[in-house]
Amino acid sequence: MTDMHRSKETIVPDPILDVKNLTVTYNTDRGPVYTVRNVSLQIAAGEIYGLVGESGSGKSTLARAIVRYLADNGQIKSGSVKLGGTDLLALPMSKMQQVWGSRITMVHQDPAAAVNPAITIGEQIAEIARLHLKLSSAEAKAKAIEMLKKMRMPDPESVAKRYPHQLSGGMLQRVVIAIALTTNPQLLIMDEPTTSLDVTTEAAILDLVRELLTEYKMAVLFITHNLGVVANICNRVGVMYAGEILEEGTVQQVFRSKLHPYTRGLLGCLPKITDDKRNVSLTAIPGYIPRMHQLPSGCIFSPRCSMVEDECKTVRPSLVEAEAGHFTACRRWEILKNKPELLMDSQHARDFTKHEEGPVVLSASNIKKHFSVSAGEFASLFKRGQTKIKAVDGVSLGVRGGFTLGVVGESGCGKTTLSRCIAGLEEATSGEIELEGELIPYSVAKRTPAQRKSIQMVFQNPDASLNPHYTIGESVSRPLVLMGLPKKEIQERVRQLFNAVNLPEDYINRLPHELSGGEKQRIAIARALAAEPTLILCDEPLSSLDVSVQAALINLLIKLQDSHKISYLFISHDLAAVRYISDWIAVMYLGRICEIGSAEDVFMPPYHPYTEALLSAIPIPDPDVRQERIRLEGSVPSAINLPSGCRFHNRCPRKIGRICEEQEPPWQNVSEHHRICCHITLDELRNLQSEVIVRQADSPREVRQC
Amino acid sequence: MLAYILRRFGSIFVIMFLASIIIFAITQFLPGDVAQLVLGQFATEEAIANLREEYGLNRPFYVQYLDWALNFIKGDWGDSLVNRMPIFPMVMSRLRNSAMLALVVLMIYVPLGIFLGVLAALKRDKLPDQMITTVSMVFVALPVFVSSLLLIPLFSHYLGWLPANSSIHPDSSFGEALPFLILPAIAVALNSIGYVARMTRAGTIDVLRTDYVRAAYLKGLPRRQVLFRHVLRNALLPTVTIVAMDAGMMIGGMLVAEVVFGYPGLGRLLLYAMQNQDLPLIQACSMVAVTMLCLANLVADLLYGFLNPRIRVK
Repeated sequence: MTDMHRSKETIVPDPILDVKNLTVTYNTDRGPVYTVRNVSLQIAAGEIYGLVGESGSGKSTLARAIVRYLADNGQIKSGSVKLGGTDLLALPMSKMQQVWGSRITMVHQDPAAAVNPAITIGEQIAEIARLHLKLSSAEAKAKAIEMLKKMRMPDPESVAKRYPHQLSGGMLQRVVIAIALTTNPQLLIMDEPTTSLDVTTEAAILDLVRELLTEYKMAVLFITHNLGVVANICNRVGVMYAGEILEEGTVQQVFRSKLHPYTRGLLGCLPKITDDKRNVSLTAIPGYIPRMHQLPSGCIFSPRCSMVEDECKTVRPSLVEAEAGHFTACRRWEILKNKPELLMDSQHARDFTKHEEGPVVLSASNIKKHFSVSAGEFASLFKRGQTKIKAVDGVSLGVRGGFTLGVVGESGCGKTTLSRCIAGLEEATSGEIELEGELIPYSVAKRTPAQRKSIQMVFQNPDASLNPHYTIGESVSRPLVLMGLPKKEIQERVRQLFNAVNLPEDYINRLPHELSGGEKQRIAIARALAAEPTLILCDEPLSSLDVSVQAALINLLIKLQDSHKISYLFISHDLAAVRYISDWIAVMYLGRICEIGSAEDVFMPPYHPYTEALLSAIPIPDPDVRQERIRLEGSVPSAINLPSGCRFHNRCPRKIGRICEEQEPPWQNVSEHHRICCHITLDELRNLQSEVIVRQADSPREVRQC
Repeated sequence: MLAYILRRFGSIFVIMFLASIIIFAITQFLPGDVAQLVLGQFATEEAIANLREEYGLNRPFYVQYLDWALNFIKGDWGDSLVNRMPIFPMVMSRLRNSAMLALVVLMIYVPLGIFLGVLAALKRDKLPDQMITTVSMVFVALPVFVSSLLLIPLFSHYLGWLPANSSIHPDSSFGEALPFLILPAIAVALNSIGYVARMTRAGTIDVLRTDYVRAAYLKGLPRRQVLFRHVLRNALLPTVTIVAMDAGMMIGGMLVAEVVFGYPGLGRLLLYAMQNQDLPLIQACSMVAVTMLCLANLVADLLYGFLNPRIRVK
């Protein structure tokens, strides 16, 4: 086994982190599970190494093994981990403790959970400075403020005195990074550092990390499931699958040549920002990641690989160097090298019937949803009812039959509340909701059965939306029972629905916990379909799922739309997915729509300045794509104290002056269906803005002009 | 923080009001009539009627209640029906004694419970944890009168360390009383150690699992510092609540212990009042107990607010 790594180890001449043949097991009831097997990787000073893989690929276990902070049942079976020449695995735990915080620091996924809620921000930074830099407590305090300044934190002195709950997620992640950099460690491990953040915050954090690394020459291990983030920030990348690295190389090598079918599969699952459901269908990877205790005997990816040969199933391939510094664990990499679009070119034109503009199915006008602030602040005792959270504040939109309206915006913009108002789960404060031309009540309880039937919902978390005590067949048949169908017909319909969402019929008697996340979401879709709705509200239906599962679900949603002529209101923070699935897109900010238009139009200038910033923040999994760099200051303001004038004015990079602060911006028609709510005239916007996302000329696929 | 305190005071006011109605109503509807009680069962109808008139017992319920409540607030708690002494000084003296006992109880079970709970959490599923959880459960299940009866022979008869009887003079100073307080305090504390230990154990285990504790370890902080600076502050929040909620049980336990050991506290006074159907004394003792319970909860809430910046800053 060691032979295969010999060449790989020489790639980085002087590595700070040198992991060789690391194997990690967890002891379980079924015996040891080999979660990480024979993984080697080297990271040089000043280099960001991206470790990318779906959930269950073992990437976090690898990170925890490197710092020797495994769960109690975890064990490093073999291999070595060297940090700047020190053999970490040979150190006694007491010495390892001195490495933590001084030579290795870590940044974790959820910044709000990673800081102690009962200790001030400044003290949490000062603590590590006192411990490792041996500073006095006054010096450590000053150091904390200095670190916060380096993180571009506004007003660092006051931030240092605050408690974690007083900061936003993006600011907390800066604090966590400040803690990690205080001691100038040799190795920084970032485990999904931006996953829980909004796309605009994510972009700002990635910029910050990139800038800081010019000052701190450390090695960075950057773990993420997001290929776009990897392409954005990393120098080299390792693609991990079921405990092994399948492909490794520079970002350019891996993203351009893609010499492993799994890498191609992952990239094929992601809709490109220019893709449209009418032209291109996504290539989902069939099957699932194998369970670690029943790995296939040959190539671990062979059961899901469309290029599989008999030999793939018997011999476990080792990493071979295909190009200088570019390694792949595929036996057939030469074929892939010669055909750059193999496995990807199945993104053929979809036979999507472009139908005529249907009638308006749902029309919402001037929807408002204001929540009264509950007791909690003393003032609210006296002016009860005056403090309102304006979650949705005057939104009008329409959905046509058989079309999809995508709603995008940062968290807190009111997109979920809007969908819940339309569904009737939340009673709107004012406004009109019309379903097929007929005014319907705000509350679902007051709607007629026919109206209820017409609007269905698919939620973000399928674990929480399926009753764990009902078989999935019962869950799906529930709407049919309510419709009063005879038993025999129900059984027939349930079978049809299972076929429609590509689930085997023998699943009918299973319970939700026996299903994977993707399968559960299929059931949620089948249940929504059962009522034969005209409109399905999809609230972030994909965001809890792995990319390979996402692609299959997107394909399914589109297929069902085509065959059943359903309309979707598709809410998501993933702009590429929204762009792909939607015909129309509404961009929401602080309870209002600021731009609405056809998907093509919204992604082309002139943009609303907020749309422009959102597009510029999308992590695009293609190093050949050039993006305008427009960053927003701060985070979304609270919906209690709404900014005057244009709600976006205090973050707007294109603010033109007092008028933005004082007057509500007017709606301007760009074209018949494309409208922007901004003070800047369309001509000026056209002058100021260029296309945010441009694919460079040498790429094999052209940007489709709309 | 001010708003928080005001809100808590407001809710205490409501609770006290409701409790006073219940206490007053129960004593009113108990079998037997106050006049009858005072005059004995051989009194004439006429004498009873006269006394009822004198005590104002013929007035409507709410008038009697308001009269009683206002006097109670003013500190005019009336005279005992049995020994004709003013109730207020009597109750206050006993309250002082009970407070001394409560102090000793708290000083035994809170530190011990927290220590055992943290120890159990750190040695989770190992022998110390199993021993602590099992033994503390036994003590929780053991009523105070049983544990008292086990403690007395052990500590005073065989070992001879502590007095078996705590019937000291009601005006003894804390120093004089202390030796007599230890045994009854242990009897009451044993009952509560288990709760505190289990709550602390659960709280500590939860906090040990958090990301910020992992982050603290990975900062390189020594175990002791992680425990004292990062874990305990957050882990003890639920413990504070359980100590306050336990105040009711503690007061109940103290009542029993005071009787078993003959200690002149509020509990024994209440028992005495009930045995003699001394209604004004029963009402006064009960109201004082309810007040103490409310204050204990208030203290816990304030302490919770102090420990938890999320509440404090609001």
